[in-house]
Amino acid sequence: MKVFKLIFKNSVRHRLRTILTILGLALAVMAFGLIRTFIKAWYAGADAASPDRLITRSSVSIVFTLPISYKEQLMKMDGISDVSYANWFGGIYIDPKNFFAQFAVEPETFLKMYPEYIVPADQYQAFLQERKAVIIGRRLADRFGWKIGDPVSLTGTIYPGNWDFVIRGIYTGKEDITDETIFVMRFDYLDEVIRRDMPGRAGQIGWYVLKMDNPARAAEISKAVDAHFKNSLAETLTETEKEFQMSFIQMAGAIIIGLRVISYLIIGVILLVLANTMAMTARERVSEHAFLRTLGFRKYHLFGLILGESLIIAFIGGLIGILLLSIVENVVAVAIKQFFPSFSADLITYFTCMATAFIVGIGASIFPIQRAMRIKIVDGLRVVD
Amino acid sequence: MSDSMVNIFGLYKSYYRDSLEIPVLRNISLKIPEGEFLALMGPSGSGKTTLLNLLAGIDQPTSGTLSVAGEEISQLNENELAKWRSRHIGFIFQFYNLMPVLTAFENVELPLLLTKLTKKERKEHVETALSIVGLAERMKHYPRQLSGGQEQRVAIARAIVTDPSLILADEPTGDLDKHSAEEIMILLTRLNQEFKKTIVMVTHDPRAAEKAKIVRHLDKGELD
Repeated sequence: MKVFKLIFKNSVRHRLRTILTILGLALAVMAFGLIRTFIKAWYAGADAASPDRLITRSSVSIVFTLPISYKEQLMKMDGISDVSYANWFGGIYIDPKNFFAQFAVEPETFLKMYPEYIVPADQYQAFLQERKAVIIGRRLADRFGWKIGDPVSLTGTIYPGNWDFVIRGIYTGKEDITDETIFVMRFDYLDEVIRRDMPGRAGQIGWYVLKMDNPARAAEISKAVDAHFKNSLAETLTETEKEFQMSFIQMAGAIIIGLRVISYLIIGVILLVLANTMAMTARERVSEHAFLRTLGFRKYHLFGLILGESLIIAFIGGLIGILLLSIVENVVAVAIKQFFPSFSADLITYFTCMATAFIVGIGASIFPIQRAMRIKIVDGLRVVD
Repeated sequence: MSDSMVNIFGLYKSYYRDSLEIPVLRNISLKIPEGEFLALMGPSGSGKTTLLNLLAGIDQPTSGTLSVAGEEISQLNENELAKWRSRHIGFIFQFYNLMPVLTAFENVELPLLLTKLTKKERKEHVETALSIVGLAERMKHYPRQLSGGQEQRVAIARAIVTDPSLILADEPTGDLDKHSAEEIMILLTRLNQEFKKTIVMVTHDPRAAEKAKIVRHLDKGELD
């Protein structure tokens, strides 16, 4: 008989208690993993940002527009190799709950600026040739069962009225984290209608996308762009694409902080669940530990027995937890795919869950170990089970 | 090394409750030769178990000298005592102290996990010890599947499996019926006579004490 066998047999001595503890741990580990995945999905847009792109927007707020005429000036600036622009459309497809992101872009420069969107050449050509044409992401097409040639009508909110489009292209993402849920329309179509119906709002875009020759010059170029438009009618704020994405995430900063706090509380709950079990175990085995020491077992043997038992329970709980996570994440991903297109637990999340369970296993054994170390053999032998 | 397995001189043991000193053993001097079977009797609180604990090296005397199996154990530190106990002492408890999750074989094997014996050697030792106590055919049984007498016999097998110099028994028949108690005493007598084991037994039971070669009485911490 090896000591490991004794540790294992000890861990299943009170089967119901051990099973309940393991289930509690598993559920907590799963919840911890889900929250981590949720936070990661929130940051997915920022993670997918390209380092060689800058975003120039109004220095007042993203809801304020910039003149389309800035493009010519931006093209002439040092370090900028290409310029594109986009605008948030904000239309409703049948019902507001069918939300998806819609951007009006400059058709000619769009794919050049975003090489991570893969569109077949013939489809892109069709997009360039028709004003009402749109390109949509693969996941969005799957969500509504759309295919090439399908007409789509949106009800405008920022730009009132009914807007008719035709799907001419379906893009796929170059990377797993590339968002495949975007609806891309042509800015010139949007601007044409605005010019006709709301002339005061024509010729305005939401933001510029600047491609740099050298990403290492991002700070310098950003500074130069903003300095160039200082004291103009619409002053600018230029930042990296990642910073731009992060500014949206920061708007939900309180929610993310709340989620992080909950995830830490969950760790605390796991710790208490296991610590409670281990404390009960140690209290019940005071006389057993004393008799083992009478046989000649040392304190470090008891240390190993208690720590080992705690780690076994934590390890099994952690394993079941990540197994549950791998199942539940798929269910959750389907339910929230329109908001978080890349909701998926990665290896780091699984590893973090197991590492957390491992640390909890160590933490939960500290008090019982201290107690077992402190008690005198003769005092322990007096305790009757 | 003298012929005495136990050599106690001027042993004094007291406990403190707050600032109040409570003497438990007073000026005990005792020699127990090798191969002896000594029964310690006395009323509750007379210090019998304390003396046994001191002989086992699981408690420390307040003053006096205490030599067991040729070692002055009052001078040893905690780790040295643990190592010494595993080599020289076999302890039999009133309530057996078997681990419920281990089989009879595994319980008896426990003290051997502290030795460098191979698995095969451990198996041989355990089987021998269980044969001596007459439980060779019950080695795969768990404590809950054994009677009180059988559990105590497993505990005796565990006490002798390392071939210790001294067997200490604390009320070994205290939790048993008359028949089982008789069996246990026959077994201890056999260990003493046939295997020449030195035994010190604490008991309240006069019938158990009759089996010992020498009976000593403790009263209020003093030996008669």
